[in-house]
Amino acid sequence: MSADPAAGPVAGSSLADAAAPSSSPVLDIRDLSVVYRTPAGDVRAVNQVNLALGAGEVVGLAGESGSGKSTLAYGACRLLRAPALVTNGSVIYSGRRVSRPADILTMRSDELRRLRWREIAIVFQSAMNALNPVLKVRDQLLDAIHAHLKMPRDEAHERAASLLDLVGIPRSRLRSYPHELSGGMRQRVMIAMALAADPEIIIMDEPTTALDVVVQRDILAQIVELKDRLGFSILFITHDLSLLLELTDRIAVMYAGQFVEIATSDEIHRESSHPYTKGLLNSFPSLRGPRRELVGIPGSPPDLGNPPPGCPFVPRCVYARPECQDVDMRLLPVATSRDPDHVTACPFVLPDTPVPSPVPSSASGRPAGELGT
Amino acid sequence: MSEQTLTSAAVARGPLAMEAISLSKDFRIGRGNTLHAVRDVSFNLYRGAVVALVGESGSGKSTAARLLAGQERLTSGTIRLDGKQVEVSSRGDFRRYKSEVQLVFQDPFSSLNPIHTVRYHLERPVKLHQGHDANVDQEVVSLMEQVRLTPARQFLVKYPHELSGGQRQRVSFARALAARPSVLLADEPVSMLDVSIRLEMLNLLDDLRRRFSLAMLYITHDIASARYFADEILVMYAGEIVERGPAEEVTQVPAHPYTQLLVASAPDPDNLGSALRGGSRRQGPATASGRPQNLDGSAATQGCPFNPRCPFADDLCRQEDPALTQISATRGAACWHLDVAAPELVSGPRRDGDTTTT
Repeated sequence: MSADPAAGPVAGSSLADAAAPSSSPVLDIRDLSVVYRTPAGDVRAVNQVNLALGAGEVVGLAGESGSGKSTLAYGACRLLRAPALVTNGSVIYSGRRVSRPADILTMRSDELRRLRWREIAIVFQSAMNALNPVLKVRDQLLDAIHAHLKMPRDEAHERAASLLDLVGIPRSRLRSYPHELSGGMRQRVMIAMALAADPEIIIMDEPTTALDVVVQRDILAQIVELKDRLGFSILFITHDLSLLLELTDRIAVMYAGQFVEIATSDEIHRESSHPYTKGLLNSFPSLRGPRRELVGIPGSPPDLGNPPPGCPFVPRCVYARPECQDVDMRLLPVATSRDPDHVTACPFVLPDTPVPSPVPSSASGRPAGELGT
Repeated sequence: MSEQTLTSAAVARGPLAMEAISLSKDFRIGRGNTLHAVRDVSFNLYRGAVVALVGESGSGKSTAARLLAGQERLTSGTIRLDGKQVEVSSRGDFRRYKSEVQLVFQDPFSSLNPIHTVRYHLERPVKLHQGHDANVDQEVVSLMEQVRLTPARQFLVKYPHELSGGQRQRVSFARALAARPSVLLADEPVSMLDVSIRLEMLNLLDDLRRRFSLAMLYITHDIASARYFADEILVMYAGEIVERGPAEEVTQVPAHPYTQLLVASAPDPDNLGSALRGGSRRQGPATASGRPQNLDGSAATQGCPFNPRCPFADDLCRQEDPALTQISATRGAACWHLDVAAPELVSGPRRDGDTTTT
């Protein structure tokens, strides 16, 4: 595919030379804020977040439902509709095919149209709902191909078939309707569609959440294989941190619309610093190794229409102290980490900080580690 | 049948509550085709114990639960509750049965009626199962407290859409408890919830099990959660139980190739980078990949249902379906080639006594 110069001359040159974290990222989200306008006031779903996605990198976005992770991704692609409103920030895209970096948020709509799918594709959460039930797989693939690439009919047909090859579905399935496919196959079709225009970035929003573990593992392995072969970058959104630890290069943990910790997967696994990350890591039962005590995170996320002062995690945090009310949620390097890019929003807790005292959780009345004993 | 001599790992917990004996369920799917959704499944539920039914979608685990709940008619087999054979022939019978056996559904978003308040969802079963002379209001509040939706009065007036997923599932639990059941069948009770909420929910279920001495069937595709939550694990594939045994043993030393695949497929954060991030596919004992014609694992109609995906399959597997054979006093697996698939379990001198039981 040829370069797409039209995506270039938009947001002004001042953005192009702005400092990037390491090598220049393909997607650089800066100070992005999204609110939901409600009669009761603004709900701050995403609050001043910064995230860079490098070329060929797999970045995981972890958080509970309602933490703003999907809103962040959709906001960055201008896919949100009122009452959602992007109030601040820039999203600089600089793929191999564009001549100059451009801000997605200020692009003209024809430029945006060229950017979507060709440069940034999305695999939506529920494959059951994202495919059109009255169209055959082939027609949906052709739809995507014709809408974003100019190619003759028979070539498009061949492309549709080869896309199915890519995701390991037999070509005979081109004539199937979505209901004739299993959940895993439907999800593969969704991935094939995202690959239709050979994008630079694929955003995956909980692509395997509704699937069994066996199918999930297969699909994830396939995604990784395709990524290595085709060289795209992935922003992988999920609430399942255990998946991200295995799959991604870097993980950004989101809570109440803000990042609380960003680090490489290894650092998150071994040296997680923020109490929320620690809580997530202690939430899932492990299959291997000795049975460890599971703690979980009691309570529920705050009301973003009326956020508490300081750190929003305080009410659920076992390390909470009075000073937490004054925390400004800026991401600062973890003091004990050798990796300067390992940043956390909690200025008090370090990876090896012991839990203050075994707080008897009011929710369950007993430690969770007793499960099944 | 060998499984009759097999002792459930859950037996030590409490008295026998429910027996499922050779349950089968066929669905007709047009033109004389039959789907054997559940085939000759037997197990026992004990008061105060959790038995997990683990398998992928379509393995028949939900159908098994629906059979036990009386929602589907058995094609063959017997269900016994407290030693008495269950005959549900009238509405009254059904209601009496329901007051003992309750089902919790997977999806708290669709299992609650959106146009009714939480109070309505709880009042109805209380009146239905405890009679109109019961102190309904007090009972409803106490149910809310059991599932820790407090302050109860504040939640009772809410509609399902005003609740989070976890809160809705708590209402489902409370609704099931309203009948004061002895058996609780939980069909994927946490799989629609966030990982961070799941643990709390399982803790709550565990607490309810203990407090009401419930006999619990926990249906899931997440074998890791079954390890922590259940006493016994039954692994289902294509309607059959292919392996059963104490939760810790089944997850740590799986015998059946399908169980091995399940265990190998579970996310493994302690094994960073080795499998997925390296870009190479995990070569587990039985990997379904590399067989594009059978990616999502359709089961064989003849022989062992797992044979198309099984690395050990041979002609015998393609022709005859193995019965559940006993490995130890509490473990069994349905595989012709256990000596190859799990040599440490069958050929070694190790007996049941020295394995780690929880």
